[in-house]
Amino acid sequence: MSVIVRDSGFEKDTWETDGGLFIDLEKYGQDVTEREPNKTAIDIPNDVTVESLKGLFNSAAMIRIPFPSFADGRGFSLAKQLRQQGYEGKLRAVGHIISDQYGFARVCGFDEVEIDFDMAGRQPEEQWLARVPKQDLSYQNLLMGKRPLRNI
Amino acid sequence: MYNYNQFDHDFVRNRVNEFRGQVVRRLDGSLTEDEFKPLRLMNGLYLQLHAYMLRVAIPYGTLNSRQMNQLAMISEKFDKGYGHFTTRQNIQYNWPVLKDTPDILDALADVEMHAIQTSGNCVRNVTADHFAGAAADEIEDPRPTAELLRQWSMDHPEFQFLPRKFKIAMTGGPNDRAVTKAHDIGIRMVRNEKGEPGYEMLIGGGLGRTPMIGKVVREFLPKADLLPYVEAILQVYNLNGRRDNKYKARIKILVHETGIDTLREWIEEVFETQKSHHQAPPVEMIEAIEAQFQPPKLDNAKVDEDKLSKVISSDPLLRSFVETNISEHFDSNHAIVTISLKPIGGTPGDATAEQMRIMAGLAEAYGYDELRVSHEQNIILPHVRRDDLPEVYKVLKEAGLATANVGLLSDMIACPGMDYCALATARSIPVAQELSNAFEDLKLQQDIGPLKIKISGCINACGHHHVGHIGILGLDKAGVESYQITLGGDGTETASIGERAGPGFSYEEIVPAVSRIIDRYMSIRESKNDTFLDVYRRVGADTFKEALYPEEAASA
Amino acid sequence: MARVVYPKVVTANHLLGGDVIYMTASGDWSRQHEDAKLYEDIDEAEVALKLAKGQAHMLAGPYLADAQLGENGKPEPVHFREAFRTRGPSNYPNHGKQAEA
Repeated sequence: MSVIVRDSGFEKDTWETDGGLFIDLEKYGQDVTEREPNKTAIDIPNDVTVESLKGLFNSAAMIRIPFPSFADGRGFSLAKQLRQQGYEGKLRAVGHIISDQYGFARVCGFDEVEIDFDMAGRQPEEQWLARVPKQDLSYQNLLMGKRPLRNI
Repeated sequence: MYNYNQFDHDFVRNRVNEFRGQVVRRLDGSLTEDEFKPLRLMNGLYLQLHAYMLRVAIPYGTLNSRQMNQLAMISEKFDKGYGHFTTRQNIQYNWPVLKDTPDILDALADVEMHAIQTSGNCVRNVTADHFAGAAADEIEDPRPTAELLRQWSMDHPEFQFLPRKFKIAMTGGPNDRAVTKAHDIGIRMVRNEKGEPGYEMLIGGGLGRTPMIGKVVREFLPKADLLPYVEAILQVYNLNGRRDNKYKARIKILVHETGIDTLREWIEEVFETQKSHHQAPPVEMIEAIEAQFQPPKLDNAKVDEDKLSKVISSDPLLRSFVETNISEHFDSNHAIVTISLKPIGGTPGDATAEQMRIMAGLAEAYGYDELRVSHEQNIILPHVRRDDLPEVYKVLKEAGLATANVGLLSDMIACPGMDYCALATARSIPVAQELSNAFEDLKLQQDIGPLKIKISGCINACGHHHVGHIGILGLDKAGVESYQITLGGDGTETASIGERAGPGFSYEEIVPAVSRIIDRYMSIRESKNDTFLDVYRRVGADTFKEALYPEEAASA
Repeated sequence: MARVVYPKVVTANHLLGGDVIYMTASGDWSRQHEDAKLYEDIDEAEVALKLAKGQAHMLAGPYLADAQLGENGKPEPVHFREAFRTRGPSNYPNHGKQAEA
């Protein structure tokens, strides 16, 4: 079992207990019509191209991207590309992510982060809540998109 | 000179508070050392051989007297009364303790400075020509763009955990004083055939274990496309750069293994997506940044040339200083003064708190309050009235800062090496000191002429040895310091990687070996204007190898 | 030529101050190399290193460094890097441990 971190704090992972499935991309196969999209999550490796996933966007309610180490930042770019290419389902980061990265994950397009109990014990909820992004305040938003909430 | 707006202030202060929290969380066990390390590195804090080291960003090397005075204050209050200026135009403090570092960062924030992203696998402090905004040969000041990139890279959510560090350098004209061709991204301000301003973009340059000269990925990039294009380069690198081997993780290896043409296609494809998802920076923001880099209102009273030249010629030391340490300013009444931080026998790049204050004072009194740090580890006063030069010289001389050696043999780059650095394999500072002492006669150095000696204490090449006319690389050879010489490197617009001369020399042998190279050069040059690099490029390495290894030459 | 296998000391940097420290026979830490416990047995050294790794709250980057018994009967470094760590930077003799000598 693991802990799901959202902007509201720690939650239990109810995906599988609610009947959801995680399916590895390599076992995903061609035929996706028999699965219920809202019960399907795809586990993708972090060296896949987003281009190759485009046909699957509507077949799954969740895509889960692994972080083998918190120092491996490919997942951030993958999430961003998935969002830019039009994926609108849930994006979950799973693996070695630290609370200090939670804001980055959210801004890149992740909805939630899945961590193990060890990490949840070592970095308790308040350390993650402290990293909930104040969406409108970043240099990137100022320079390339959204305006800040207040005047500069 | 860029002044922080409220957002900058809030951002930097918030970051200090975050780091203060991370230090507490490291101490209470929330963060392991492995997890804390990249976080402290992102805030400039290294753990070195003898102590922590804090690397403070000086974006594109520009600072004012207030900031320089604060750097002096920090060195006295939290360190040992000096600082070390680096090849990334930064300053390093060698002796801070962990618990003080959040306070140091607060003191920096007080003067609109920070240490963010001076280390770690992220976009590092953007460097630029140290004569930017003052040079006579400049097309356009690169610093507004460098500032734009600084802001864009700050805490970029996607690019904090890249395969490896990422360095960007900019130059504003045809003469490259920022080693742009040895950077992950090198940017040069250019004009297209319609006369519109834009950028020439290079990628994949770098030194280190596999030195490479950057390749042109875009000949002309319109100014408005800069951020989406850089974003595209970084995204392609983040997803495709190697993570299996630290020595193959820089973008230069990706360029090398994938090929520049394929990589260009990938980047262009991502660029199109980035462009469609991002707006160009708001014009008023760009204009607000550009407005802050306008040259100061220069005093345009005509310099009395007769009087000035009489004063200069009456003092041979002043004359030699003016000949060596002064560069041409775009305004004929003004000059660019390079203050050498390479006193004979000194540590390249070090300045005491007192010296920092004196340089700050000079900037205030004679330099329109502007200072620069050069990647060659010197300090620049970019705008000085030429009739103030004698007075400026006098003050510098009293402070031990008037060494007339800029561009000469003793104006060496040296990384901290094994006297400080945990990664080093040999010392580099004492080699620089001994070489400097061996050639202490400045007249001799002037006779030898323009010569760039660059020394690194390990293969990572922080001392830029590959692009030194004479490069020295310190290695650990079976438990003994060993120094390898490279010849013919060049870090300018005519960049080239130096060629390895042969087997290494021991610590005792390295200074005599360099002396033999110099002797050989002096004996074969055709005139005083025939520089070391000219001769090397004309006659090749053989004659120098023969001078370096006389016994082998004799037995051959 | 066979590679000489040297005895080991456990060394690290102090977490708060950054200073070089060495593990002593009692398991405490000293700033002086000569106070270090010299391990002839690599297995014992590994056990001590593991102990050090468990003290992450007060130190960083523990490792085993080659050392040998000096003429004064106390451990001394073998490699020049470790020798520099016992002293300080060569360009400022008044900085680092050497300043206290």
